[in-house]
Amino acid sequence: MKRGVTLLASVALAATMSFAAAAKTLKMAYDADPVSLDPHEQLSGGTLQLSHMIFDPLVRWNKDLKVEGRLAERWERIDDKTVRFFLHKGVKFHSGNELTALDVKWTFNRLRTSPDFKAIFAPFDAVKVVDKYTVDLVTAEPYPLTLNAATYIFPMDSKFYTGFDGNNKSKDALVKHGNSYASTHASGTGAFIVEKREQGVRVDFKRFDQYWDKKSPGNVKQIVLTPIKEAPTRVAALLSGDVDFIAPVPPTDLDRIKKDPKVDLVTLSGTRIITFQLNQQRVEAFKNPKVRQAIVYAINNEGIAKKIMRGFATTAAQQSPKGYSGFNPNLKPRYDLKKAKQLMKEAGHEKGFSVTMMAPNNRYVNDAKIAQAVASMLAKINIKVDLKTMPKAQYWAEFDKRAADIMMIGWHSDTEDSANFTEFLLMCPDKETGFGQYNSGNYCNPAVDKLVIASGKETNSEKRAAMLQKVEQMLYDDAAFVPLHWQDLAWAAKKNVKIEPILNVMNFPYLGDLVIE
Amino acid sequence: MIAFLAKRLLQALVVMLVLSLIGFAIQDNLGDPLREMVGQSVSEQEREALKDKLGLNDPFLEQYWRFLKKAVKGDLGTSYFFKEPALEVILKKLPATLELVFGATLIIVFLSIPLGVYAAIKPNSFFTKAIMGFSIIGISVPVFLTAIMLVYIFAIELNWMPSFGRGEVVHIMGYWETGFLTWDGLLHLVLPSIALASIMLPLFIRLIRSEMLEVLHAEYVRFAWAKGLAKYRVWFIHALKNTLLPVVTVGGVQIGTMVAYTILTETVFQWPGMGFMFLEAINRADIPLIQAYLIVVGLIFVITNTIVDLIYGLIDPTVNVAGGSK
Repeated sequence: MKRGVTLLASVALAATMSFAAAAKTLKMAYDADPVSLDPHEQLSGGTLQLSHMIFDPLVRWNKDLKVEGRLAERWERIDDKTVRFFLHKGVKFHSGNELTALDVKWTFNRLRTSPDFKAIFAPFDAVKVVDKYTVDLVTAEPYPLTLNAATYIFPMDSKFYTGFDGNNKSKDALVKHGNSYASTHASGTGAFIVEKREQGVRVDFKRFDQYWDKKSPGNVKQIVLTPIKEAPTRVAALLSGDVDFIAPVPPTDLDRIKKDPKVDLVTLSGTRIITFQLNQQRVEAFKNPKVRQAIVYAINNEGIAKKIMRGFATTAAQQSPKGYSGFNPNLKPRYDLKKAKQLMKEAGHEKGFSVTMMAPNNRYVNDAKIAQAVASMLAKINIKVDLKTMPKAQYWAEFDKRAADIMMIGWHSDTEDSANFTEFLLMCPDKETGFGQYNSGNYCNPAVDKLVIASGKETNSEKRAAMLQKVEQMLYDDAAFVPLHWQDLAWAAKKNVKIEPILNVMNFPYLGDLVIE
Repeated sequence: MIAFLAKRLLQALVVMLVLSLIGFAIQDNLGDPLREMVGQSVSEQEREALKDKLGLNDPFLEQYWRFLKKAVKGDLGTSYFFKEPALEVILKKLPATLELVFGATLIIVFLSIPLGVYAAIKPNSFFTKAIMGFSIIGISVPVFLTAIMLVYIFAIELNWMPSFGRGEVVHIMGYWETGFLTWDGLLHLVLPSIALASIMLPLFIRLIRSEMLEVLHAEYVRFAWAKGLAKYRVWFIHALKNTLLPVVTVGGVQIGTMVAYTILTETVFQWPGMGFMFLEAINRADIPLIQAYLIVVGLIFVITNTIVDLIYGLIDPTVNVAGGSK
């Protein structure tokens, strides 16, 4: 008997010991893996998630959508056009080189040649090295979003990327598709080093022992990232204990994960707005604001968020999510079928008309189902909808052609700022300036354009917020588009993996700070 | 035999050419690969410039001709996503798929023969009825559902089996990494192999049963009974041997089909093989990879069919493979 007890005790001890040892390794599954190790090759969620692991930015967003210092210890606005950044001293790259202002300048100049990042850095004029640890970002015009742009500056190791690789190609070459040195090798200042990478199958990271941020509570020594595309498989991997952390959690499995005592679920209201655009060029009736309003009134977006999205979305009445400067708290979702019918009558379209509609079926959460629901809701005000849904690879070509009267589009602001929504989705389309590139509704209101452009030069944040909130009000009154909801975000992890403090609405978990108990 | 092979080779070439043309013709319907490669705010001009660089704006025939010229030299293009030669990507993924198919084949062979034979020998027993009933369910349930059920029961609820991936693999040679040499690798093989076998297993049980039933009624078997041979000798030596002839040929063809079915199984189990890769390639509109996959799978079909025909001729000399004067 005694022997049995000691045996049991030693087994238990061994179990806890192996648990403690294993706790330093994080096995995680995302729905995709980054396309490249080059942080400038593609502007996407996957790239940014990776950049925050291996590179670390000058500044980064915190949970409340405020900017906090990273490699930049502090910063100050010197004038309307210049912001000065003071770097931490003694920060080491993975290669052992020290981070200096020259690396920041080098990185900035490379960013401006990237097709994906070019637009974000277009307002900038120059980067000036003041001394070894101080650097100025200068814009051509007064510019309020310098800090927003700085969240995209992940300093790269300029010495490491200088010279030629084995194929006699320049190591700093930025190649969009194709095997470049930078897409397969990385040296950043981040908490993790890429140890092994098999694209589409697995990426292994180990913690960088000379990581500069000694205050970070993070204790994860090793990370194994497995991309698992199929949502049920990803959830099964977590529930069966094969992985410790998954993202995203599909809406269909939220309840199941919430009920499981072994795992934690964290959800946050996201910043990607899902909308429909009403093409005024193709449909005469859409030129009438009353018809557009009637459509907004006829669509029960609260119901969609509740039923189709299973509560996994935040109903929207505008583009800006809460926390963005342009968020206008006065705007409320409008669903009122009676009012919609009334408006149709006033517009002289009581008998209704027929339109075409297109939506993707694998781009946004439940996109095709939402489109079907909207089509049936419009039938109630006698608008007959001919709906076509298709995979995203085909959808975007149709979207560019403006191939239907009503088209679905979701948007996330690359600058985490309100003006970006309107610039791309609702400003008068202009090939020269690039404004309104995704404005398939052809909505055009010069007053809105003027305000948005002016907001781009306003460095007083209060004044600027007032301008952008006014823009949202004008778009709301005009029913410039049909707002549906912001897609929520969800992550899940084993109980001992404390993910809650490291998550944010931009969906780049700060894994360097992750604590595993 | 040589004439037969030459004829087969010519046929294969025509098949491959047609396949490549079909693979190429559908590329415009696969969508725009650029959208997967660039961020949302990249301008139309930038995208057009990239398209030009990739040669996607050239006329169809020009693109096809360029493709053929390279294909002859074994270059099937470069995958947009993996940034490596498409053929190489596929060859790297092939071992995982073949091992999965092999695992499923083992299950099929070791289950279908005893079960099928039993069902033929004891057609009215309760166990036979259970087998036949079960096989009907097996045929009608789609693979991905079987796979998800297996994961749910054995990985989540019972926690006996891993839920995804290949586990620990050992490098053998070239691109070949095997899961058959480690315990972890073998565990990872179990559920996907069962899922993949689930479509073919009922088919083979039924096939063996019906063939066996037929053989058991044949003259020579009755004669064997009359001679007073032991029943096991009659069943397993005399009858089974002749039962397996048609089964082998059907089996050969079905292996090709199984490679195609791996798409669903691999997707559910996140199995890093070429079926899973193909589905992903479609989602990303990775055109060169899709085309290369179609050609490689086409080749596998052509080769297995040819081998099956040859084996058929070897096992059963009354079949005339040369199709000529014999």
